Amino acid sequence: MELLISFALFTLLGVVTVAIVSQRNLVAVVILGSIYSFLIASVMVVLDAVDVALTEASVGAGISTVLLLAGLKLTRTRDYRGQDPNVVGALLAIAVGGALVWGSLVLPPFGAPDAPIHQHVAPRYIEGAGTEIGVPNIVTAVLADYRGFDTLGETTVVFVAGMAVLLLLRRSSLQSAPPSDDEQPAMSGDLVLRVGTKLILPFILLFALYVQFHGDYGPGGGFQAGVIAASAVILLGLTLGLRRARRIAPPALAHAMIPLGVLIFAGTGVATMLLGGDFLEYAVLAHEAKEGHHLGIMLVEAGVLVTVSGTMISLFYAFVERGR
Amino acid sequence: MDLINAALSKYVYVVTIFLMVAGLFVVVARANMIKKLVGLSIFQSSVYLLYLGPAKIFGATAPILDSDYTAYSNPLPHALILTAIVVGVGTMALGLALVVRIHEAYGTIEEDEIFEEDGEE
Repeated sequence: MELLISFALFTLLGVVTVAIVSQRNLVAVVILGSIYSFLIASVMVVLDAVDVALTEASVGAGISTVLLLAGLKLTRTRDYRGQDPNVVGALLAIAVGGALVWGSLVLPPFGAPDAPIHQHVAPRYIEGAGTEIGVPNIVTAVLADYRGFDTLGETTVVFVAGMAVLLLLRRSSLQSAPPSDDEQPAMSGDLVLRVGTKLILPFILLFALYVQFHGDYGPGGGFQAGVIAASAVILLGLTLGLRRARRIAPPALAHAMIPLGVLIFAGTGVATMLLGGDFLEYAVLAHEAKEGHHLGIMLVEAGVLVTVSGTMISLFYAFVERGR
Repeated sequence: MDLINAALSKYVYVVTIFLMVAGLFVVVARANMIKKLVGLSIFQSSVYLLYLGPAKIFGATAPILDSDYTAYSNPLPHALILTAIVVGVGTMALGLALVVRIHEAYGTIEEDEIFEEDGEE
């Protein structure tokens, strides 16, 4: 049964990709991209990567789609014109594809437990997550603890990308017109959307908190929770209007959250150093090593949550407000 | 059963490579910049599969410790790709912001029209 599902999902992925490549209507391309993200999230579940699937489902199918649609609105493009078949591109694609297929011939068989990838650090992580760190979700243990330094780098990249977008898209305060009071988003006339949004919002935020704090025991963590929390604000902005969204999450607050999260993350590392440990060595945070690990993971995940949700909300505001 | 597993093994790699090639083709062959960004996303997601595919072990479960299971899939690629996805949306938004600014400066997001306006050949 699992094999059948795998075959079906991979085939659908290929079909949707062909549709994206050949489709000329860009709105359709973006919507197909959203379907593609859901499919790839399902593939990730089949591949046992449940944490990654949760991330892809919220990021790829949710935030990316909204941002791309906002980009389409700003550039006023719906279709692009036809063009001659691109021989260079086709030849390059065939050449790269051929090289990759040739390279894949020597890859170890899919799903084999004795493949080299499973021999090095992975068994150590799987064993240590329970005995050293005391966190059942091994991915969280690797992400926030064993490779916490790496994750600090990734959080900083999110911070830099968010800052760069704000610098590119924000108008200076002199240029920007005061927000008009009569703005009516296109969808606010729809009763079902309005009532549905109000009903579902508290549950989205509650789910974000669950994903955040249950990340030690099940799929979840700061990255996923940050995106889910941001999606609540984005949904509010899309259906009930930007003014409502701004009242709940003021842009100044969202902008301040972007560096704040990185500071919380790095500050945890500095705190462990002041307590006599290495950078991000959580064991020194409490009397018992496991308790220290628990506290450290909670702190850095909180930092990730703050930066990621702040960045996603700021991105949304930046793109939507550029158009007015 | 082994035969089906072997077939799936090849199929996973073939689809991953196909996604990569399709993404690359869109980036090279399409002049519209938003389409290029979508192509880049497809290319990127094929890399996710390239990492996550080998992490899977038949008969193992998701890497969350439980007393009922002893075999877990490899958690390391999961941690790597999880952060890559969030960074990916950040970089895509950055690309999109650049496209928006290009549109404001040139009035088009078709690559060849921009080259024409700049007087390049």
